[in-house]
Amino acid sequence: MPEGAAPILDVSGLKTVFTTRSGEVHAVNSVSFNLAPGELLGVVGESGSGKSVTMMSLIGLLPSPPAEIRGGTAMFDGHDMLAMSQDELRQIRGSRIGFVFQDPMTSLNPVFSVGFQLMEPLRVHMNMNKAQARARAIELLELVGIPDAESRLDNFPHQFSGGMRQRVMIAIALACDPQILIADEPTTALDVTIQAQILELVKELRQKLGMAIIWITHDLGVIAGIADRVRVMYGGQVVEQAPVRELFSNPLHPYTRALLETLPGFVGARSKRLRTIEGQPPSLDRQPTSCPFRTRCRHANDQCARENPPIRTIANGHDVACFWRPDA
Amino acid sequence: MNAQHPLVQVRNLKMYFPIYRGVLRRQVGEVKAVDDISFDIFKGETLGLVGESGCGKSSAGRAILRLYDVTDGQIILEGTDIAAMHGKELRRLRPEMQMIFQDPQASLNPRMTVASIIAEPLDEHRKLDKRARMERVFELMDAVGLNRDFANRFPHEFSGGQRQRIGIARALALNPKFIVCDEPIAALDVSIQAQVVNLLEDLQERMGLTYLFISHDLSMVRHLATRVAVMYLGRIVELATRDQLYENPRHPYTEALLSAVPEPDPSLESTRQRIILQGDVPSPANPPKGCNFCTRCPKVMDICTQETPPFKKLEDGRYAACHLL
Repeated sequence: MPEGAAPILDVSGLKTVFTTRSGEVHAVNSVSFNLAPGELLGVVGESGSGKSVTMMSLIGLLPSPPAEIRGGTAMFDGHDMLAMSQDELRQIRGSRIGFVFQDPMTSLNPVFSVGFQLMEPLRVHMNMNKAQARARAIELLELVGIPDAESRLDNFPHQFSGGMRQRVMIAIALACDPQILIADEPTTALDVTIQAQILELVKELRQKLGMAIIWITHDLGVIAGIADRVRVMYGGQVVEQAPVRELFSNPLHPYTRALLETLPGFVGARSKRLRTIEGQPPSLDRQPTSCPFRTRCRHANDQCARENPPIRTIANGHDVACFWRPDA
Repeated sequence: MNAQHPLVQVRNLKMYFPIYRGVLRRQVGEVKAVDDISFDIFKGETLGLVGESGCGKSSAGRAILRLYDVTDGQIILEGTDIAAMHGKELRRLRPEMQMIFQDPQASLNPRMTVASIIAEPLDEHRKLDKRARMERVFELMDAVGLNRDFANRFPHEFSGGQRQRIGIARALALNPKFIVCDEPIAALDVSIQAQVVNLLEDLQERMGLTYLFISHDLSMVRHLATRVAVMYLGRIVELATRDQLYENPRHPYTEALLSAVPEPDPSLESTRQRIILQGDVPSPANPPKGCNFCTRCPKVMDICTQETPPFKKLEDGRYAACHLL
C-alpha cells in the first residue's frame, strides 16, 4: 500500500437503513474507511453483513424508498458523493467509478450486443463517435483477453460463457479509465479454474492501469491472493481492518479469528474436526447498542452487552472493534 | 478404514440425456452427462466427487440413486444390480439409499411442518402408529440438533443451516446405509458450513453411514473424504485416496484444479505457482474426439486428440485416465 498518499475515497460514518413492512433493517451502521490510489481493498463478510449495501449506498444504486441513507460522508475527489444529485452521480458512475457485479448473466442486457453495451459508456461519458467507440471497444476486449475481439463485438451475451461474460463486464467497467473499480463478488458464480483466470487478469490489469479496486467477497482465499488491505464486516459494521498479511497472521477480532479457524486447510495437517461459530448472525432490526458478535463470541463479557465497541487503531494500520485483546 | 467391502459398485455407468429439436421433436443428439464411469464406494467411507459445474457430478449422484433411468451400466448395491430395476422392486430398496440436496429452500415443501417433512419417508415406507411416528421424529430432531419445540413450524421460519438439518433428518429417517450428499453446504455461509460438516461427520461415526459427497469445494472435500474422484466432462479422470490426490496429483486436470484453489494465507499465495487453464469446458453435447480434456490440457500430445485414454490402475488405490501416465 502506498504510504501517506491522500486517499482517493474517504467514507466516514455511513448509515443505511431499509424500511420494510416488518420494521427497519439497519444494514450499514457507521461504516468508515478509506481507499488509497492504486490500492486493492478486500471486503469480506457473510451474507447480510452489509458489504454490498455499503458500496451500493456510495454510488447511489439503492432504490429509495426502501433504502435511506441516514448519515455519513463519502469524499471522492473533494466532493461528497452522498450529497450529490442523481445527475452528478450519473456522471461519476461508469466513468470515474466502474463496477463489476456478481452474476454476469443478469447484469448484461440480453437484447443488446456486447459491442453496443461496451460502446454505450464511451459515447455517453467520453463523447466519442461511433467509429472511435468501436475501435476503443475492440481494444478493451483484447485487454481483457477475449480472442477474436473484432468479430465477438457483435455477439450477444448468451453467446459467451460465464467466464467470458465476466471478462466483458470487466471491459465495460474499465471503458472510461475509472479511478476506482468496485467488484462485487465477481468470481463467486464461476468455477475455480475460471476464477483463477479472472484473478490473473485482474492482477495484470492493475499493473497496466493502476486503478484502485474494492473487491467484495466472502472467500478469504481469494482475498489472501490479491488484496493489499482487508476490511472484515459483521452485522453491518466494520469489525477489523488491516493490511492483508497482518490480518491473516495476527487477527485480533474474535470473529476474524473464528472465521479463519473454520476454514479447512488445503495444505498441511488435516484437522480432526472443524471449529465452528455457533449460533446465527444477528438480526439488524435496530441501531446496535451492543457488540453484534457477542452472542457467538467466546470472549464476550458484560461490557460487550452494555456498549458497542468503537473501532480503534491498535497498531500501524490495524484497526479493530473489540474490547477483548488476545494475549501477546 | 475397516476391511474394504464395497457397498456400492458402479460399473461403466452411462447417463445420456436426449436433445429434441424442431416441430416434430425429433432427437438430434444427446448430452453425455455421465459417460462410462466405474468406481467402488466402500462401507463406512466418504467418497468425494469433485469437478466444475456441468461436469456431470450431480447427474452421476442422481443416477446412482436411480432417480434417473440410466442409459447403460451397472449399479450394484450390496450384491444387487439396481440399474435396470423398476417399480416395486426398486421401491423396496429405496430406504437403503437417501439423498441430501443442495438447496434446503427448494427441497423442503413450504406448506409442510418440520415434523411432517421428517416423517414423510416413514409414512411412505414404514407402518408406524402415531406415537411411534412422533417418537421417531423427535429422535431424529435430537440427532441433528434441532429443538423439539420447532416440530410444528414451517421451513421458512428457519435459517439456511437449520433447514439443511431438516433435510438431513429426513434423509436419516429410514436408517439408510448410503447417502448421496449433493453439494449440501454450497448454499451456506462459511461459519454455518462448518456446523453442518461436523454434524455429517458425527452422524457417520454414530450410524456407520457411507457417503458419496458431491462438491466443488476442494478444501472441504479434503477435510471430509477418505477417497476422492475427480470428474471432467462426464468422465472420471482421477480417483485416489485423499492424501495421494492432494499431495501428489497425477492427472494434468487434477493438477490444474488443485493449483487454482485459493489458499487463505497471503504468504503462501504469493509464492504459489498456478497452472492457469486456457478456455472453457467444451459442451457435453459435443465433446472433443479423444481425451475430453485435450482442448485445455497444457501437456496435450497428438495421441490425446485421437484416442480416449483408458481409466487404469496406476498404483494401490489410484486410478487415472491419461496417456501420459
